[in-house]
Amino acid sequence: MSVPVIETSGLSKMYRLGETTARRSALRLRLAAAVARIRSGLGAEVAVSAPPPDPTFWALRDISVDIAEGEVVGVIGRNGAGKSTLLKILSRITEPTAGRFVMRGRVASLLEVGTGFHGDLTGRENTFLNGAILGMTRREIYRKFDEIVAFAGIEKFIDTPVKRYSSGMYIRLAFAVAAHLEMDVLIVDEVLSVGDATFQAKCLDKINEVSQSGRTVLFVSHNLGSVQALCTRALWLDGGRVAASGSVGAVVSKYIESSNRSTIETRHRHRASEEPLAIHVVVRDANGVPSLTLKPWEPFDIDIVFNCRERIDRPSFWIGIDSRFGSLFAASMLLDGKRPSWVEGHGTLTCHFPRLPLLPQTYTVWVGVKDASGKRDLFAGEPVTMFSVVGSARDYRFEGEGADALLDRTCPLLLPYEWRYPDGTVASPDWTDVPTMTLPAEVR
Amino acid sequence: MPIEGTAIRRRREFIGQPSSPWRPVDFREVWEYKELLYFFVWRDLKIRFKQTILGLAWVVLRPLFSVVIFTAVFGRWAKIPSEDLPYPAFILAGLLPWNFFASGVTQATGSLVANAHLVSKVYFPRLFVPLSAVVSAVVEALVSLVLLLILIAAYGRVPAIGAIVWVPFLLFLAMIISLGVSLWLAALNVKYRDVGAGVPFLVQIWMYATPVVYPLSLVPYPFSWLSSLNPMTGVVEGFRSALFKSPWPDVPFSCSVIVGSALFASSLFFFRRCERTLADSV
Repeated sequence: MSVPVIETSGLSKMYRLGETTARRSALRLRLAAAVARIRSGLGAEVAVSAPPPDPTFWALRDISVDIAEGEVVGVIGRNGAGKSTLLKILSRITEPTAGRFVMRGRVASLLEVGTGFHGDLTGRENTFLNGAILGMTRREIYRKFDEIVAFAGIEKFIDTPVKRYSSGMYIRLAFAVAAHLEMDVLIVDEVLSVGDATFQAKCLDKINEVSQSGRTVLFVSHNLGSVQALCTRALWLDGGRVAASGSVGAVVSKYIESSNRSTIETRHRHRASEEPLAIHVVVRDANGVPSLTLKPWEPFDIDIVFNCRERIDRPSFWIGIDSRFGSLFAASMLLDGKRPSWVEGHGTLTCHFPRLPLLPQTYTVWVGVKDASGKRDLFAGEPVTMFSVVGSARDYRFEGEGADALLDRTCPLLLPYEWRYPDGTVASPDWTDVPTMTLPAEVR
Repeated sequence: MPIEGTAIRRRREFIGQPSSPWRPVDFREVWEYKELLYFFVWRDLKIRFKQTILGLAWVVLRPLFSVVIFTAVFGRWAKIPSEDLPYPAFILAGLLPWNFFASGVTQATGSLVANAHLVSKVYFPRLFVPLSAVVSAVVEALVSLVLLLILIAAYGRVPAIGAIVWVPFLLFLAMIISLGVSLWLAALNVKYRDVGAGVPFLVQIWMYATPVVYPLSLVPYPFSWLSSLNPMTGVVEGFRSALFKSPWPDVPFSCSVIVGSALFASSLFFFRRCERTLADSV
C-alpha cells in the first residue's frame, strides 16, 4: 500500500462569530483604556469593562482521513457541515486551528469558476492572469493557450473584454483554463451548480477524465446523483465531524436514511403521541439496489418501509413525484381504490414502475398515508427522498441541435407522440426499442 | 492530458498545521511564485489605463501638474527657498521619491480588501497583493525620472555622476520603506477598515513632515533632528544631493536606512502573522 496523497489528523477549525463588530468594539475599548490610563497618570490601572468574549464555533472538528492516490472522494453533508471549510484548509486558503494535514503533490483547487477574472481585460489577458493565479507558469499557459481557447469555443471573442461576454461564454472560458491545469490533486467545490446542463456535463466529463488518469479528486456537491456517478468513495460530514466514510453507495444511502430519519424524528418530537406510524422511503434501481440515480426507461421501485404502532385498517397510501416545474405524478390508493385490507407492525410496501419516462433532472418523492375514512392523515404528505435521472439526449433518441442543453429546462414527463406533416408524412423519435413509447400500429 | 514531470512534482510535500505566529514571510515560496508578481503588476497597470483617453500620457501629466501647482503655491507665492536651485527642478526631485513611496502605500493599503475575492478563493503568497501595488508605482517613478532629467538639462545643469549609483539605490530604499509601511497597513486594514479611511490623511501629513516642498536646511535645530528620524527625510534629501551635488545628508540618510530596515523586517513578521487566517476575516 502506497503513501496516501492526502493525510489529515485531528484537523479542526474554529471561527469566531460576529468577528468584525466584536473586533471593532475591542479596538475602541482598547483605545479608550489607553486614553484613560494616560489621563489618570501613567501606569495606573483603570477598570474598563473587557469586551465580551466572541462566541465561537467549530466549523471542523477532529477530521482524520487518508485519501489514496487515484481516489475520487465526494464530500457530502448538509449546509454548514464543514465541507467548504475542509476544502479551504486543504487548498491552503486558511490555516487549521488545530491538527495537521500532509498533501503530497501539486494541488489545483477550483472553489469558484473564474477566480480573478477582470471584466476590463480581454479573454486572452484573463486566460493568462487566471492561469497564473491558479498556479500555471507562463510557459505552460503559452503551450496550452490554443487548446484552452478551443475547449471554451470562443476563438472569435478572445480579444474582447470579458465584461462583454455572455455569462455562458464567461463560464466556459473560466472552466477551460482550470481544466487545463496539471495537477496531482483536484479540489472542486460546487462549481457545477453554475452554468447550463451542457456545461455541467462538460465539467463532469472533465472530472471523470482527471480521475481516469489516476489523479486524486476531492469533490463537494449537493447533487447526490453526480457524487454517485463520479466518486469511488464518499466522506459524510455532519456538524464539522466525519459522520461516515467509505464506499460511495454505502455512505450516500446512510446519509439519505439519516435525513429521512431526522425528518421523521422531528415529526415524532412534535406529535409523538398521535403518530400512528413511522415511514422511510427507499428508491431502488433496475437491479433492485438502493440508488439515487436512475437511468431513463429502466424499471424502478419506490419502497415505503413502515412501522405501525397498531393495526391499521384499509389505509390509503399515496406517492407523489415532483419535478422542479411542480407536481408531476401521483400514485394514490384514494384514486385507484387498491387499498390493502390492513397493515400491521413492520413491513414494506413497494410501488413498482416498469418504465421511467422522465428527462434527466432531479425529482422529489412525497409520501402520505390516510386512514380508512380517507380524510385523516396518518402520515401527512411530505418530501421524503429524492432521485436523479442521468442520461443524455441520445438515450432519449432526441436529435435536435442543443438538445442536451434543453433537457434540463424542459418539462420532464414524456408521453409517446408523433408529428404528422401537412403532406401526410409521419415523424417521431426512434423509440422502437422502448415498448411503452411505441404507438400501436393500428393507431396509424 | 499527459502530466509532464509528474515524478518530480509527486515528491513535493506540503504539511499544513497551525504555524507559529513568530515567523517571517516564506521567501522560498515567494520565489517559487515569482511569475505571479509579474502578472499582478501587469494587471494593475493594464487596468489603470483601460478606458482612459489619455492612457499612458497620464503618467507624464500627473507629475507635471503637481510641479506646476507646487511651484505656483510654494515657490512663487510662499517663496520657500530652494537652495539656489530652480524651484521646479527642486520640487520635482523631492516629489519623485515621495510620490513613489506614497502611491505605493495608498494603493497597497486597500489592496487585500480589494482583492478579497482572490484571497478567499485561491492560495498564493498573499505578500504579492500589496507587493504588486508597490512595484506598480515604479513605472510612474521612472517616467518622472526622465522628466526630471529633461527639466535639469533645460535649466542648463548637469546631474552629478554619482547619481547613476545613488538614484537607483535611493529608489530601492524608498521601496523598502514603502513596503514596510504598506505591509503593516494592508494587514491592519483587513481587520480595521478605519486604516484605509485614515491613510490619505496620514500620507498628506507625512508629506509635509518630510522636506519635499521645502529643504531640510529650513527646519530649525531641535526639529531637524526629529525630522531625521522620519525615514523618508533621508531618501528625499539624499535624492536631491545626489542629483545636485549639494552636501550629503549623513544623519538623515543613516537614520533612513536603519529605520527603514527595521520597519521592513517587522512588517514581514506582522504580515505573515496575519496572512495565516487572512481569508477568514477579509
